[in-house]
Amino acid sequence: MKRKTLAAAFATLLFTTGAAVASEAPKLPAQSWTFSGMFGTFERSDLQRGFQVYKQICSSCHAAHLLAYRNLTDIGFTPQQVTDIAADFEVEDGPNDEGEMFIRKAVAADRFVKPFPNEAASRAANNGAYPPDLSLMTKARIGGPDYVYALLTGYKEEPPAGFALMEGMHYNEYFAGHQVAMAPPLSEGAVDYADGTTATVEQMAKDVVTFLSWAAEPEMEARKRLGVKVMIFLVVLTALLFALKRKIWSDVH
Amino acid sequence: MDAKTWKNPIVAWVDKRLPIFTMMQHDLVDYPTPRNLNYWWNFGSLAGIVLVIMIATGVVLAMHYTPHTQHAFESVERIMRDVNYGWLLRYLHMNGASMFFIVVYIHMFRGLYYGSYKAPRELLWQIGVIILLAMMATAFMGYVLPWGQMSYWGAKVITNLFSAIPLVGDAIVTWLWGGFAVDNPTLNRFFALHYLLPFLLFALVFLHLVALHTSKSNNPLGIDVKGPQDTIPFTPYYTVKDMFGLGAFLIIYLAFVFFAPNFFGEPDNYIKANPMQTPPHIVPEWYFLPFYAILRAITFDVLFIPAKLLGVIAMFAAVLILLFLPWLDRSPVRSARFRPIYKQVFWLFVADCILLGVVGGHPPEGVWVPLGQAATAFYFAFFLVIMPLLSFIERPRPLPSSISAAVTGKGVGISAHGVAE
Repeated sequence: MKRKTLAAAFATLLFTTGAAVASEAPKLPAQSWTFSGMFGTFERSDLQRGFQVYKQICSSCHAAHLLAYRNLTDIGFTPQQVTDIAADFEVEDGPNDEGEMFIRKAVAADRFVKPFPNEAASRAANNGAYPPDLSLMTKARIGGPDYVYALLTGYKEEPPAGFALMEGMHYNEYFAGHQVAMAPPLSEGAVDYADGTTATVEQMAKDVVTFLSWAAEPEMEARKRLGVKVMIFLVVLTALLFALKRKIWSDVH
Repeated sequence: MDAKTWKNPIVAWVDKRLPIFTMMQHDLVDYPTPRNLNYWWNFGSLAGIVLVIMIATGVVLAMHYTPHTQHAFESVERIMRDVNYGWLLRYLHMNGASMFFIVVYIHMFRGLYYGSYKAPRELLWQIGVIILLAMMATAFMGYVLPWGQMSYWGAKVITNLFSAIPLVGDAIVTWLWGGFAVDNPTLNRFFALHYLLPFLLFALVFLHLVALHTSKSNNPLGIDVKGPQDTIPFTPYYTVKDMFGLGAFLIIYLAFVFFAPNFFGEPDNYIKANPMQTPPHIVPEWYFLPFYAILRAITFDVLFIPAKLLGVIAMFAAVLILLFLPWLDRSPVRSARFRPIYKQVFWLFVADCILLGVVGGHPPEGVWVPLGQAATAFYFAFFLVIMPLLSFIERPRPLPSSISAAVTGKGVGISAHGVAE
């Protein structure tokens, strides 16, 4: 009885403190992600479509500086495809033998090239707003993937009556304060999917959030795979230890 | 420590000159342990094991980490992405901190319930309180190392507490920071101390064990061991029981590591520290929330003492008061099982600590302010009023004549494996 009470009290402590912090954000609609749960994995096709959305839309303002082009082999691109993708970008390198810096094509080992050289340049080009780095976005917001999806699909053409929207801002249901500098990034057919998938706003949002979730947790699939094995091992080991304990203690009871 | 004759000639040779095998035999095998310890007694050894896991993972993490404001955040992400099994090491270490506090808090509540702090175990308990303090300092500085938003702002808020000290407060804060803001010198010294303190912790744990093995384990009945019939040797009985407990613990710990590694964390700490942008809601790690609530509960000046200073004093007093516990509780009976009133108040105190934790997680506004103040008042009243008072007014139930009598059913009906009644 006591034990149950304590367990319940303990659970309350753990879960309410977590929830307490989340309470101020508006309620996010829960999406079903292929990568949630103990056995969840990323769909390679979702990831590649998501990368396409990131590359063609997001990356014109947002950096993802923790990713390298070589990482893209994880989401199903061949080394040749990765080399080709990287070759579309230019990086400054050097100094060379003459002591000069020079521009070369990016290679697989390079980090994703940033759209702007620094924060000031980024703000100058974006009306004073700073588009945050997206490498860890789904881990860095309460609600994670659900939040990013809600944000991408939560734009309203007109703010509710009486809402004072500032010049150059956009109304979004899920952004804290509802005013976001980012214009609605996704519109019907904004990308041309190579696999023929129809590029609805919801589809693109789902794909790019899947891609960003992988970008934030590239170890997730390996982690869960190992976790399942470890759990099976530990359950068997603990059961054996329990049997051993009973056996050893049988002469004390 | 009678000289045992070792069969193996090498063991015998070493043991004659340095009796480590005799010591191991004495303290890990023969150590007479009360036969009625229940599963709440597992948490001491679990805490020791978690400390070893933390040191082992921490040493390897330190090989890949860069304590510099420009590189710390990225170096942690490099561990997560490019170091072989770096994500595993880092998540083990990160969740290990939470597990350490869960295990130690349970261990302490167990001591509180069964009166393990009473004579002759006062020093044993006090060393434990010092261990808690060292753990808190270590955890706080460790949380700063990834240099995320909560790392930075948590460091700033907590170090700023020292500015409440009259006259020299600001000078102390500058000295702690190594400059006029939380910056690279702060990060460097926190890293150095975060690496150093666990080894001091290890030494303190050793002292804790020496004290334990001198006065021996308390037990759920709280009565003294009367003779050999009351004890069983530590090995194999408690060795195997601790192993089983470890298995059960690892299932929970590793379930978080593999399937919900960021459950205890704050999303804001995946944003790189930005001194120009304060997060809307600065919260410490969950294990500090009750103390954070006590800190913020004092919203009023008393005479000439400002509220901030009082809050800081209250927060430190909340931990330090535990040092005086053996003398605040005058009841001669150790175990709450035989203390009908204390037993009820104990659970109220547990609920109060949980409530303080919840309050600490909310912004200090509205109903949370008076709630936090009431919970803080109860926290201190428990130690300063209720405990001393109970010693006089409570009439304890009769104690069983011995552990073995209780176990064999001649005393109170409690079985040897000590399922709580």
